[in-house]
Amino acid sequence: MKNVQKQKRANKSLPFFFRDEFKVSLVIILISTALLITTFNFDIVPPILNRGIQPATFPKALLVLIIVMTLIIYYLATKNPWKIEKKLPKSFYLTLLSFLIFLVISKTLDFFLAISALSIFVSYCWGEKRIFYLLLVGIMFPVIVFIFFETILGLRFPPGIITNIYYS
Amino acid sequence: MDNLLLMMAPLFSSKLLLVLFFGTLFGLILGVLPGLGPTTGGALILPFTMTLDPLSAIVLLTSIYCAGTYGGAITAVLINTPGTPAAAATCLDGYPLAQKGEAGRALGMATVSSTVGGIFSVIILVFFAPILAQLAYEFGQPEYFALAIFGLTMLASIGEGSPIKNLIAGAFGILISTVGKDFMTSIDRFTFGINELTEGIGFIPVVVGLFAMSEMLTQSTLINQVFNRIALKAIKLPSKDDYKKTWKTILRSSGIGSFIGVLPAEGGTVASLIGYSEAKRFSKKPEEFGKGSIEGIAGAEAANNAATGGAMVPTLALGIPGSATTAVILTGLIIHGVRPGPDLFREQPDFLYGIFGAMLIANVLFFIFGFFGAKIFARITLVPNKILWPMIFAVSVCGTYSLNQSIIDVWIMLFFGVLGFFMRRYGFSVVPVIIGLILGELVEGTLRQSLVIFDGNWLMFFTRPIALTFFILSLIALAFPLIRSKKFKK
Repeated sequence: MKNVQKQKRANKSLPFFFRDEFKVSLVIILISTALLITTFNFDIVPPILNRGIQPATFPKALLVLIIVMTLIIYYLATKNPWKIEKKLPKSFYLTLLSFLIFLVISKTLDFFLAISALSIFVSYCWGEKRIFYLLLVGIMFPVIVFIFFETILGLRFPPGIITNIYYS
Repeated sequence: MDNLLLMMAPLFSSKLLLVLFFGTLFGLILGVLPGLGPTTGGALILPFTMTLDPLSAIVLLTSIYCAGTYGGAITAVLINTPGTPAAAATCLDGYPLAQKGEAGRALGMATVSSTVGGIFSVIILVFFAPILAQLAYEFGQPEYFALAIFGLTMLASIGEGSPIKNLIAGAFGILISTVGKDFMTSIDRFTFGINELTEGIGFIPVVVGLFAMSEMLTQSTLINQVFNRIALKAIKLPSKDDYKKTWKTILRSSGIGSFIGVLPAEGGTVASLIGYSEAKRFSKKPEEFGKGSIEGIAGAEAANNAATGGAMVPTLALGIPGSATTAVILTGLIIHGVRPGPDLFREQPDFLYGIFGAMLIANVLFFIFGFFGAKIFARITLVPNKILWPMIFAVSVCGTYSLNQSIIDVWIMLFFGVLGFFMRRYGFSVVPVIIGLILGELVEGTLRQSLVIFDGNWLMFFTRPIALTFFILSLIALAFPLIRSKKFKK
């Protein structure tokens, strides 16, 4: 509890544009505004065919509501600041990078290979150095999952260098 | 007495018992796997039921339904990922309790409350199905809109976060539901020229992303922290004290779930949310909610399983499915030549009570699997994260892909994983997003249809007594967190 209070006080001492509540509110408002502008480009139903409200009205109302509520949380945060979040560790960025690697491999090489690569990469980055366990999470377990989904549930995985060998 | 004997019929048939056993086990496995669930399971098994007689076929589907709904709670507790959307509210307290090293206690409570909720709703189904079906008939579009709004206002009081942040997250969830072709006019909204988005964003990729993937990212920030989870504590089941503390909550949530389940399209997700919220409102320790409250687990789980029996009421008595899974069951009924409706109660009581009996037995079976399996399942929390989470990733990716066999769904899942991580980091709960997404279509659909009925006159909503009651309840639900926080300050 004391720690949280300390973090809140530390946050209050920062200039307003460095505070989390400002940055988060700004991001929400900017995205909502961009989406709100997009709604003005939705097609309009001609009055003769229109029953009830236009398709853009409901999302517009929601976005305005989100912007108003975000302003309220920002206002409340100026009185009661959020606590400062700790810096994200290297392992977080590595895990995020593994998602990117997964996307690239699944798109260019193979879906199954992408799962294996991510599993081994994440497990290694999180501290697993034993070969057996790396093989367990990276090869043995994905094979079990693949067989379960492919044979029992009848799922067909997207083509790739490994799945093509299996299917042919 | 005759009806009771008819209900017990499955017990005396080895074939039906075998079907029940297989259905319950299959439902549990599907419920546990993120991305799958009783609806997918029912749809997968539907062609297979053609080889069975009508009663066995429907017994198989209903047992998958009951067990699958419960199964969603297991992953909600263990890995913060609801196996089914109805278990989203269970994450709020189930996972924090498991993180405290008391996974067995959380799972045991989820199992007991699910069983009680399920059995309670079957009893309601047996005695009040025709009356409840009539009640559901009284609900028109304006009433559904008011009820959906009531469900959404419950978001203000869930979890330990700020009510306004919850409402923003809920509104964001509804906004996601508007992506794709507008259902009334077929006009594209927020598709940005991407063809795959015209069908909208499915809730499975969003659920798996917001819960499983964001949790994986959260765990990546904690790898240097040492967790001392003691095996004996992890596998400990709920104590007598826990049951004493929660029996009222379980019964209340069972009643709520049975009622909400009866209303077509509302289903277990809304039921669990309202059950959870009411549990918090009546609790002597509301401050414990969101931090591992045993009452929170009981409230959510009893309600979402009670909704299974409730959802069968309009399915059987009116031929209107009460949820996505009962829509599959309804399809099963029709392809086997059974015509649901009020006449079913008069013309085929043996068939009908056979289904009720099967649901009752399915609840007992998943209790046996769940309660005694809780000690084994709880051991998952003892598996090191560096091994557990890559495995969860593999299952999540395949589960999400399996839905539409679309790689775009996997990308959406990863996107929501990153978004969910940052939402949680800055105090936004991810549960309201899911509730908003599920209710979004209902809110917009019923609002627009009501306005057509009312010829654009908004004030007409207040001339409908049921709708007005729900609007008043919504105001109370919104005011409640404010009153409570002022009380705490004093």
